[in-house]
Amino acid sequence: MRGAMHARWAACAVAVALAATACGGGNGGGSGDAGAVLSASWGDPQNPLEPANTNEVQGGKVLDMIFRGLKRYDPETGEAKDMLAERIETSDSRNFRITVKDGWTFSNGEKVTARSFVDAWNYGASLRNNQRNSYFFGYIEGYDKVHPEDGGKQTADTLSGLKVVDERTFTVKLTQTFSTFPDTLGYNAFAPLPRAFFDDHDAWVRKPVGNGPYRVESYTRGSQMSLRTWEDYPGEDKAQNGGVDLKVYTDNNTAYTDLMAGNLDLVDDVPAAQLKNVKNDLGDRYLNTPAGIIQTLAFPYYDDAWNKPGTEKVRKGLSMAIDRKQITDTIFQKTRTPATDWTSPVLGEDGGFAEGLCGEACEYRPDEAKKLIEEGGGLPGGRVTITFNADTGSHREWVNAVCNSINNALDNERACTANPVGTFADFRNQITGRKMGGPFRAGWQMDYPLIQNFLQPLYYTNASSNDGKWSDKEFDRLVDRANQETDTAEAIKLFQQAEEVVRDRMAAIPLWYQNGSAGWSERLSDVKLNPFSVPVYDQIKVS
Amino acid sequence: MPDQHHEPEHAVAGTGMGGTMDLGVDEAETLERRPTGPDGTGPQGRPRSLWSDAWRDLRRNPVFIVSGLVILFLVLISLWPSAIASGSPLACDLSKAQQGSSAGHPFGFDGQGCDVYTRTVYGARTSVAVGVLATLGVAVLGSVLGALAGYFGGIWDSVLSRITDVFFAIPVVLGGLVLLSVITSNTVWPVIGFIVLLGWPQLSRIARGAVITAKQNDYVQAARALGASHSRLMLRHIAPNAVAPVIVVATIALGTYIALEATLSYLGVGLKPPSVSWGIDISAASPYIRNAPHALLWPSGALAVTVLAFIMLGDAVRDALDPKLR
Amino acid sequence: MGRYVVRRLLQMIPVFVGATLLIFLMVNVMGDPIAGLCGERRCDPATAAQLKREFGLDKPVWQQYLTYMGNVFTGDFGTAFNGQEVTELMSTAFPVTIRLTLIAILFEIVIGITLGVVTGLRRGRPVDSGVLLLTLVVISVPTFVTGLLLQLLLGVKWGWIRPSVSSEAPFDELILPGLVLASVSLAYVTRLTRTSIAENRRSDYVRTAVAKGLPRHRVVVRHLLRNSLIPVVTFIGADIGFLMGGAIVTERIFNIHGVGYQLYQGILRQNTQTVVGFVTVLVLVFLVANLVVDLLYAVLDPRIRYA
Repeated sequence: MRGAMHARWAACAVAVALAATACGGGNGGGSGDAGAVLSASWGDPQNPLEPANTNEVQGGKVLDMIFRGLKRYDPETGEAKDMLAERIETSDSRNFRITVKDGWTFSNGEKVTARSFVDAWNYGASLRNNQRNSYFFGYIEGYDKVHPEDGGKQTADTLSGLKVVDERTFTVKLTQTFSTFPDTLGYNAFAPLPRAFFDDHDAWVRKPVGNGPYRVESYTRGSQMSLRTWEDYPGEDKAQNGGVDLKVYTDNNTAYTDLMAGNLDLVDDVPAAQLKNVKNDLGDRYLNTPAGIIQTLAFPYYDDAWNKPGTEKVRKGLSMAIDRKQITDTIFQKTRTPATDWTSPVLGEDGGFAEGLCGEACEYRPDEAKKLIEEGGGLPGGRVTITFNADTGSHREWVNAVCNSINNALDNERACTANPVGTFADFRNQITGRKMGGPFRAGWQMDYPLIQNFLQPLYYTNASSNDGKWSDKEFDRLVDRANQETDTAEAIKLFQQAEEVVRDRMAAIPLWYQNGSAGWSERLSDVKLNPFSVPVYDQIKVS
Repeated sequence: MPDQHHEPEHAVAGTGMGGTMDLGVDEAETLERRPTGPDGTGPQGRPRSLWSDAWRDLRRNPVFIVSGLVILFLVLISLWPSAIASGSPLACDLSKAQQGSSAGHPFGFDGQGCDVYTRTVYGARTSVAVGVLATLGVAVLGSVLGALAGYFGGIWDSVLSRITDVFFAIPVVLGGLVLLSVITSNTVWPVIGFIVLLGWPQLSRIARGAVITAKQNDYVQAARALGASHSRLMLRHIAPNAVAPVIVVATIALGTYIALEATLSYLGVGLKPPSVSWGIDISAASPYIRNAPHALLWPSGALAVTVLAFIMLGDAVRDALDPKLR
Repeated sequence: MGRYVVRRLLQMIPVFVGATLLIFLMVNVMGDPIAGLCGERRCDPATAAQLKREFGLDKPVWQQYLTYMGNVFTGDFGTAFNGQEVTELMSTAFPVTIRLTLIAILFEIVIGITLGVVTGLRRGRPVDSGVLLLTLVVISVPTFVTGLLLQLLLGVKWGWIRPSVSSEAPFDELILPGLVLASVSLAYVTRLTRTSIAENRRSDYVRTAVAKGLPRHRVVVRHLLRNSLIPVVTFIGADIGFLMGGAIVTERIFNIHGVGYQLYQGILRQNTQTVVGFVTVLVLVFLVANLVVDLLYAVLDPRIRYA
């Protein structure tokens, strides 16, 4: 173990030099062996691991380990803190001048400069590169040239709104005022990229190189990625362990079984069927914390049956017919919390989370539910179906439970039926093709912990995730005003007013806030989940 | 009786001469089951055909009677489930989820708080219909095509077998998602049709193999030499000798088809909710086997009894048709 | 015989073309896979169109099929949606699945036929009833449950085995998954053998052999079993393809990244290249297995001849 000891000493030396982080004995939970590697469950990312191309949590996990952006969301509070950004200055919330900290490099030794960011963002925005997350750059001036959404020809390769000033400084010009723009920069799509990404793209995708606390040691597609602590990592959040082996599992239940058998150290998605056994199996080596995810039922507003005046009463009635508490207690074993607004508790009161904003419309009141639905003209066609996709996630159970709850409240065994769709792709096609005939499953995992992210993409007219095509002038106006507001508190107030419009029209029925869950082996301590329900790998100690 | 036969067997086991014992039993069985006397033996027996002989045998076979009664019971509760279950299979109260048995609810509650007894009774209709009708469809289509391929051989065999191969290639999940998702009818028929469409190749191959073997028998060759027609050869001489493996595969497949219905419903392309079937309940209860095994036990048990009844029925029918037994 | 084999090999060509075309069309009928790729958030139309172009989905189906088949003949099976080459996927999935299938088939042959012979010779005895009971359990309890319980019991509680299979998937780790995978087929093999044995036991040649005074095991193995194997061999031959392509549940429970799992993922994501690629190889396996079965008929029953 001499090698490991040496490495640990070196790691502490670097850490001490940068900041006075606790080193050596460790605190409370147990002393960690900084050289020890832990194994964790993983799912195969669906897209190539490019920062602007990763739109699901499994790929996001890795990016979170191997990249650091201008900002980073605090693993506990979710607050956007400067990471590589030394300064982000603006006078009008439209033109930003960003200075990158000195001393940062990629793990291959290349310096992280202003250009690393500008090149990465230009790459991510360009239509030619097919990046799923392009729209994150949509506020930057020139986006319509590099990414014409109407099917026109791409007329530029770079965003005119991005300008490199010197090695460490660049400017960003937006098409409109957007006061919280700096706080969005912690999202993975805004990560810097080394030249190696552009020079030998295939090699980079096979073995990504970034500037985070871990570096990829080996990557076998579809089975395992070995990440090791990057010893020369210049940041303060240096990894407390020797590395992480991410193992691809075909099923989260198998990962859980492997954890119980001692073959795996960390499972970050405890299967629903095992929640009842988790105390028994793992004792206190289990964590269940709020994450920035809300589940809702969206409605097809392109269908007149749901867009008539008065239907908001029907929607409210449906909402009041759902016994959220019983479902979250029984089906989810308290790993979800009944929703009382349209955002998430991880935002905090200051960030715009308003507990109880939904009021009695989100409480279980079967009698009033029945009355309201009758007042609103009854269910369209006398019945309602809840559409969901059957292939991913375990949606069937809660959809059935919601339907049973509605049926019990309305005293009609066939008022609500579940409507499974075979594949996620088909489900999405039916949504984008406007073929939904009733409420359907909608979930939102935040990109960044801002109230704006819970409202604008979902309810603004024609927004990217406004699947029900809901549209309300008052809501749009309030969001526009909020985005222009430079004072954060004022902006949040305006967003909340917009949320009240959502409530009054019951644009979508909020169901519950989803928690992140994790279970781990006896070797680990200091396991935490960030507000995105991703384990904070770098803080985990291994003994 | 068994004891008498056991002793000599043990005595000769070392020398490998135990074969006599088996023959002894056989002779006894054969004698017992030969109520019609010697003239029922040959296929040429004018007054009684092979098939009516078989029927005569069956009626006296206790195995047949028991399995027949079980199947009759299943059919009756499929038609009138409310006769033995008063509640509604769709009345579910989540507060009772996964609870064990209690007064009025002998089988307990499932994960959604529905009464397992009521659901098991009501599930019979769909499951028995899917199991029996799909098996019949597969058996008829598969054995006819398989027998044609095996009997005629040559170009018939080549064409039919290669068609079988193409059907074999279709993955069930893909087939279900493509063929069933376009159908909106909420009856069991599309599911049955789908299972027949994808299930016949297996049986066809078994039937083909059995027919290829059976047609080599001397008496078939002799009958052919005597100028028997194809249909007579097939029905009289080959079918009784080739039917055994078909029955075996079909009776087991019946159980797997009932489970397959659940897979399809699970994919959202089988029966649309709120359908009730054993398969659906079994697959819903499976993940919770550690906490609520009873929710799995009862529908699985019902499925097992059904399969048992049909396996026994199949055995009895096969015995009755076996010419070597008379 | 030789000509028969050649003729059968030539017949593979139309089946191959027919099956690939059928599967290609089926995946196409499922609709547009792009919406699924974009996740919960709708891709903007330009990106969606660009993605379609990249995967060649903007062309008419017949053209897609011809391009695809052209590529297949040069050994290029295309790329999956995550950018991985299908040939690479196949080269990791097939070896594992072949090992798993071999184990399952071995179980079917050894356990299935043994139990079949024993129950066939002891019809109506406790052994027979016991095996029948096991058969019923195997049929009516889903593989998922059997697999899960065995995994918990052997892997966690008693610690005899690793509950999940590592990425190398050596033979010894695949024994339990192989048994679980084979379980339903075992029921078929056992009952088929039992019935055949029970039937042939009464046939003239067995009586003759016994009358000649041949040793019991010789009668059973040489005369009885050999003539009873045709339906069993037929079943196993047809089962190979199912075991390889349909091991979805088993592969999921035991974390085996094999053909069934990849095929299932490909179907759910509507990835034509993956699905058609895998099915193409499976079709070849079916065809070869069927040919071998037909040739075995002649070995098992010398009266059967192929011209």
